[in-house]
Amino acid sequence: MELKEKIISSYVAFENDIDINSDIHDIRSEAFHNFEKLGFPTKKLEAWKYTSLNAVLKNDFCIFPNKENAVQFADVKKYFIHDIDTYKIVFIDGKYSSFLSDTTHDGKDVCLMSSALSNSKYKAVIENYFNKIAKQDNLTSLNTAFANEGAYIYIPKNVEVEKPIQIINFTTGSEAATMVQPRNLIVVEENAHVQIIERHQSLTDNPVLSNVVTEIFSARNSTVDFYKIQNDNTNASLVDNTYIEQKTNSVVSVHTFSFGGNITRNNLNFYQRGEHIDSILKGITIIEGKQHVDHHTLVHHIEPNCESHQDYKGIFDARSTGVFNGKVVVEKEAQKTNAYQQNNNVLISDKATINAKPQLEIFADDVKCSHGCTIGQLDDDALFYMQQRGIPAKEGKALLMYAFANTVLESVKIPEVKSRINKLIATKLGVNLGFDL
Amino acid sequence: MLKINNLHANIDDKSILKGLNLEVKAGEVHAIMGPNGAGKSTLASIIAGKEDYEVTEGDIELNNEDISELAPEERAHNGVFLSFQYPVEIPGVSVTNFIKTAINETRKAKGLEDMPAKDMLKMIREKSELLEIDRKFLSRSLNEGFSGGEKKRNEIFQMAMLEPKLAILDETDSGLDIDALRIVANGVNKLKSKDNAVIVITHYQRLLDYIVPDFVHVLYDGKIVKSGDASLALELEAKGYDWIKEEVNS
Repeated sequence: MELKEKIISSYVAFENDIDINSDIHDIRSEAFHNFEKLGFPTKKLEAWKYTSLNAVLKNDFCIFPNKENAVQFADVKKYFIHDIDTYKIVFIDGKYSSFLSDTTHDGKDVCLMSSALSNSKYKAVIENYFNKIAKQDNLTSLNTAFANEGAYIYIPKNVEVEKPIQIINFTTGSEAATMVQPRNLIVVEENAHVQIIERHQSLTDNPVLSNVVTEIFSARNSTVDFYKIQNDNTNASLVDNTYIEQKTNSVVSVHTFSFGGNITRNNLNFYQRGEHIDSILKGITIIEGKQHVDHHTLVHHIEPNCESHQDYKGIFDARSTGVFNGKVVVEKEAQKTNAYQQNNNVLISDKATINAKPQLEIFADDVKCSHGCTIGQLDDDALFYMQQRGIPAKEGKALLMYAFANTVLESVKIPEVKSRINKLIATKLGVNLGFDL
Repeated sequence: MLKINNLHANIDDKSILKGLNLEVKAGEVHAIMGPNGAGKSTLASIIAGKEDYEVTEGDIELNNEDISELAPEERAHNGVFLSFQYPVEIPGVSVTNFIKTAINETRKAKGLEDMPAKDMLKMIREKSELLEIDRKFLSRSLNEGFSGGEKKRNEIFQMAMLEPKLAILDETDSGLDIDALRIVANGVNKLKSKDNAVIVITHYQRLLDYIVPDFVHVLYDGKIVKSGDASLALELEAKGYDWIKEEVNS
């Protein structure tokens, strides 16, 4: 049976497990019918021209793993940022793991989507925000149809969250192939500040498909720093759909570090609804083998006097393929917009591919929009310089790659995250440079 | 120390060196001068092992060992240092971390442990004082946004740290004002010993007022066409290169 048919026929079973007499379920049902109509994206869709899910979708995925699977903390400790204190919201095969989590309701809510959806205490927030900015496209609809579990984060006015929040989704491989659909909602009220680290990690080589939807609402004067660490096993694929709405004077940054996985598709969407907003989108992609990473970004400048800064660096080895599609829309009313987009790529091997497409749609006449896109190789002269100083070619290349990615690395605000990213890059490049950059 | 025998080299089938001979002994300073396009920088790059050039004939011996097949880092490990005319900028990697990596990779190649951090710091302090380098400068990204003078001073600082047997200074005087020139030359002079050798590649006599050569060679059309003592540099400064070209062509 095809995956789509399997999903459709499983929906009744899913409905048995949840409260179907709610407004939320009306939203789910509508999304379900939407997915039924649209099916999975194919290369015929412009947005999926360079990314094919066909091979991944041939797996016989278990659609909503029901078993409670446990993992030992010692076995998964390395996937946490564990050298600093953090809140943790951890899922194993889509189920909440209270054992690995560290949640709170003290002055803020760092907890579960399932409890937020079923508890009347959260009704107002859910009504105001749930599924309000998520698109009605194929995969977001699919996620919405099954939306039940994920992270729920509510930061009230004037609260500066004292430590970062980690959202980690483990898959154990207890099924031959696993599909999970985490659904996160993050609401950050006026003057509030939060830092979030997100990771998806498969613990075996069994195929995994994670189809994630995250909605983030950033109110006036709020600050959100979001770090996505994508370093999964090469049989794990990820479709990350993130939607962010910002209000006046808010600053939201999303850093995406893509080093692992089979097929990784990031749909990162910013909607600016206010003035003097700053949206920051940064990414480092370092892949090899047959890995594929696709960044589809959208920044929608709707009102005047706002900024956006995009900086994506990609390093592609072997037969890996990359996509960067950076869309910036500046509406007629959005005068004095300052939109900046930079996408630089290095192809290490002759067989690696990058499809880069800056896409600017500007309807205002008094704006500064710049974009730069480069595709090149490592600089031989620079490599020779390092070798001349006694640094072997492999380490020299690694230093050059660090240097290339540095503009993204240096803007990471949590030192432990930066140090972790440095280590992941060093491991990925097979070098030990003996210092953190 | 260095012995170059009948060296021929090409880049993209274009002949650049056409039978060059040069012998440099320990404790000596040699200057290589010559008009633009004579092959001076090419010679420096070839000794250091740049792969763009193809050696078609002849060889390069360092301490009686043929190094012409070695990778650039292996030559560096054997004590060859090239001060670049245009040092490369490496954002995100500090001067300190770069030199630490260079020293420890060299030690690793010799089967030694990493230099203890305390010794490294002491050495960095000593050598940076020698080159009159501000400590703050050492935590900046390598060569990024450095002035011409800072770049060259940083090259000689690295040379001081790496303690090479053979140092080749490629146009180290270009882009330097007189104060920076004095500091750089002073650094080189202090590093000079009876066990190492220096090759100074330059257009102008100016640097040779500070780093006094034992031998001066004129490189023209891929060969050394004239050699002499320090007075040859003064003669070239006064008369230019045309008379040499005429001598060679006649």
